[in-house]
Parts: sequence; C-alpha cells; structure tokens
Amino acid sequence: MANNEIMTINMGPQHPSTHGVLRLVIELDGENILKIDPEIGFLHRGVEKLSEHRTYHQTLPLTDRLDYLAPMSNNLGYILAVEKLLGIDVPERAQAIRIIMTELTRLQSHLVWLACHALDIGAMTVFIYAFRERETIMETYELISGARMTSNFFRAGGLSQDVPAEFEKKVRDFIAEMPGFLDTYEGLLTGNPIWRKRTIGNGVISAEDATDIGITGPALRGSGVDFDLRRDIPYAGYENYTFEVPVGTECDTFDRYKCRLIEMRESCKIVTQAMERLKPGPVLADSPQVCYPAKDSVYNSIEGLIHHFKIASEGYPVPEGEVYMGIEAPKGELGYYLVSDGSSKPYRMRVRPPSFVNLQAIEKMAKGAMLADLVAIIGTLDIVLGEIDR
Amino acid sequence: MADTNRAVEKLQGKFEASILEVKQDRGDWIVTVKKEDIVAVLSFLKQECKFDMLTDVTAIDYLGKAADRFMMVYQLTSVPFKDRLRIKAPVAEGNCLIGSATQVYGSAGWLEREVFDLFGIRFDKHPDLRRILMTPDWEGYPLRKDYPLQGPGREPYKGRLS
Repeated sequence: MANNEIMTINMGPQHPSTHGVLRLVIELDGENILKIDPEIGFLHRGVEKLSEHRTYHQTLPLTDRLDYLAPMSNNLGYILAVEKLLGIDVPERAQAIRIIMTELTRLQSHLVWLACHALDIGAMTVFIYAFRERETIMETYELISGARMTSNFFRAGGLSQDVPAEFEKKVRDFIAEMPGFLDTYEGLLTGNPIWRKRTIGNGVISAEDATDIGITGPALRGSGVDFDLRRDIPYAGYENYTFEVPVGTECDTFDRYKCRLIEMRESCKIVTQAMERLKPGPVLADSPQVCYPAKDSVYNSIEGLIHHFKIASEGYPVPEGEVYMGIEAPKGELGYYLVSDGSSKPYRMRVRPPSFVNLQAIEKMAKGAMLADLVAIIGTLDIVLGEIDR
Repeated sequence: MADTNRAVEKLQGKFEASILEVKQDRGDWIVTVKKEDIVAVLSFLKQECKFDMLTDVTAIDYLGKAADRFMMVYQLTSVPFKDRLRIKAPVAEGNCLIGSATQVYGSAGWLEREVFDLFGIRFDKHPDLRRILMTPDWEGYPLRKDYPLQGPGREPYKGRLS
C-alpha cells in the first residue's frame, strides 16, 4: 500500500443520505475531504420545456412535482406569478386558506428535513415521531384536495374548491398539539451530547459567502442574515401577519437546526392568525375569463358546460409581459419567471429552485471536513432533488 | 407604484451608452444592457447599489421573433434594501458568448452552467463550464425553441390525445 495517496470515491446516486439521486465524487486525503464534485440531473424531466407546450392551467400540476415535499408552496409560487401577469385579485377566504396550507406545507417540509437529518446523524426516534406528525398534514391535504402529495389545489384567482367543514377542526387540533411535539423533538436533540458534537461547528459558512453563493431560506438565516421574503418582500397577504424571523449567529449546522425549529413554531402562530381570518365567502375571483365555473353550473346548464369546455380546451390568454415572483418556500427562495407572448401557453417558464442554488455551497462547506460530516452537511442544506433537476 | 428606482437612476448616469432599454412591467424594473458591459454593470450594481445577491440567471430563446436570438436574464436581490432588479442582455446566435458573472457573484457558477447546458450560450472566463443537468455527451440544447419536445429523431409532439 502506498502512503499519502489521494483517494477518489463515489457517493450516490443511490446512497440513502443523499436524499434522492445526488451523486458526489469526493477526493479524500484519509478521512478529510479535499474536493467535492456534485453531479445532478438524474431526475431531469424537462418541466420548463414541457410548460411551453401546455396551457397555464395544464402547467400547474407540473409544479407540485418539483419539490414534492412542499407541493403547495410550489403551486403557490406559480399561481402568484400567473396572477401577477393577469392582474387579478384573490378573495380573502382563498388568501387565508392559501396561507394556512403553505404554512402547513412548511411544517411538513421541515418535519421531513428534521426526520431525515436526525436519522442521517443517527437519531432514529425523531424520525418516527416527525413522520407521525407529517401524516396529519398529509391527511389535511387529502381532505381538501384528494391527494396526499401532488395537491394541485390552488387556481389562478383562488382555489379549486372550498374546504370541507372538518377542515377547521382538524387544523386547529393539529396546531394546538404541534408546539408540544416540537418540545419533544427538542428534548431529544438540542441537549443531546452526540447531536451537539455532530452539529456544532459543522458546515460553517459565513454570512458574506452565503449571500454571494445565493443561499436563501433557513440556511441563509442560520448564517446570520436577517432576510425572509414573507416579511421583506411580502406576497399573498403575508404583510398582514405578525411573526418573528429567527436568525443564527454561529453559521453552523446547529444554528440552522435551531432556526428551522423556531420557524416551525412561528408557522404555527401564522396558521392560528390565518384561522381567525377565515370568514365565509367566495374562494374564487369573479373573473370568468380565467376561472372555471362552479361544478353545479357545469352539470346543470349549457352555458356553464361551454364555459368549462372553453377554458379546459383552449386555456385563457394571458397579456404580454414578463414577471418574476419569488416566494419563501420551506427550503429558500422559490422563484417563477414567466414570459408571456399573449397566448394561452407560457412562452418561457423558468423555475428558480432554492435547493439548486443552496447545493452549490456544498463545495465550500464540505472542504476540509471529515467524510462522516458530509452526511450532516447534506442534511442541513435540506435539498430535494426533484426541484434541483426539474 | 414608484416612478423611479434608486438603482436605475444611478445606472443611467454611469452606463448611459450601454443601456438599450429601461422599463417597468407590473412593478418589476427591467434594464436591458449591451452584453459587452454585463460584467461591469453587475459589479457596479453589487458595489454601488448593494445588490448583493444574484438570485437567478436564465435565458430566453426568441427564435424568429427578435434580431438577437437569445436574451440573458439576471435577477438581482438586495438584502439590505429589500428590493429587486432585473438586468437583461441580448446575445446573438452567431456569437453566442457573454461575460461570466462568476467574476462578480459566486452563485452564477451553476446557474450559468445550466444556461450553457440547456441553451448553448457560452460564458467567457467561467471557471468550470460543463453540462450540469444533461449528460456530458448530450447533443443539442433542449430549451432552444427549435429543439423538439420529444427529443431529436422522434415523432413531433401533437398535443395530448386524450
């Protein structure tokens, strides 16, 4: 055996802690990482290309398949971009339900992050608990949209339908319980010596570097940059809600963990505030050019049937122009850049996925780290390959 | 809606000759500049106007619709000022090369690789210009408008049959 040799090893794409199909080519000096080259694209489905051949309405179901752990956030970003192009307003009830659902989505996404991150580092119990709570959110999804993951629930102008009567109780019960569950997770992890040793001082990235690489979301705030799109560039009515934005100081995995946990508590508060705004009313804007008619009118009147058929077959024309809509998705800034040429299909749709840009930082964060810590770094970035590869 | 933008005015003062168009679309400010000055414009915006984050880099293919086929699009975000600006630069098909923003922003690395991968626009002085989503031996650039949806050598897409 020759000494002092640099070894190149392959990790993934089928490695369980790469959260999907991420392949890393790692150059190692003993246990220390010298260089890391991520290879992505295994899940590339050409969503941006496909959207150019579909109407705005048909493009919507493609979006919840990007970040499949936060489908409603993806729907919301796209729908807000379309609404910005069309210039239509959304009824208050629809806005409140959108906020409730996207905040539940944030909880769901963070629960999966916490579960997998802890499992990667070796804490299996948290995984089981977090997935139990996630199940309740998935049931809420199923209750309102019929699907547990690919919800496809929002529409340009509002929602596809009003929520059923059980919805309010289900959400209220869940939100009442959630802070207690969060205490459980924190009890299992925050003071745990193994957890602290694995996360404190791991994957440090300074505020300047994080901004330069374009990291967004909790990973940016963990590095001490106080920037949250919900508060700073508000959308979808977030300006009417009060919530704290947690910011870290040590720029490491432990601070990012703390930020996300506080964010989950804040999400619960936002949901509570939104529940108070949930007054009876319409859930779809009064713009018949864009919105589908009520099912009752489709089944019982010829005008309604024609109306439905026209939108379903031709779509709706969208005025010429271009918009960029960035929202605070659970993983960071999710941006939709839409260019319309006046027809009923997007001329160009660009998705700016948070994970794609955040993953870029891995080269910097993992350099000089131990191989075993790489797993914690992948976990703390909270990537999902569905939106990286699109 | 504001009639002026803090950065656009400064930009007009400094780069008068290279600005092709300034417009506002649904509240978003858009400045189109000549591609030769793109790196200078971006670094001016970063240094002088505190646009410290390059949020997104992408391109649009205007095949048969504009004199210059491609349009590069840069989305800038300012963390201290909490606002955005969009910079665009036309790129002709004959000379598909533009200065790389990696000299100014670290985030441009992968974003420009993706534009290269899917549109075939090359970036001057990019440290690592390889394909990123497609395989290294892939032929053609999938997001170009003349690239068939089903891929080359297959029946063209005729819309959904059901």
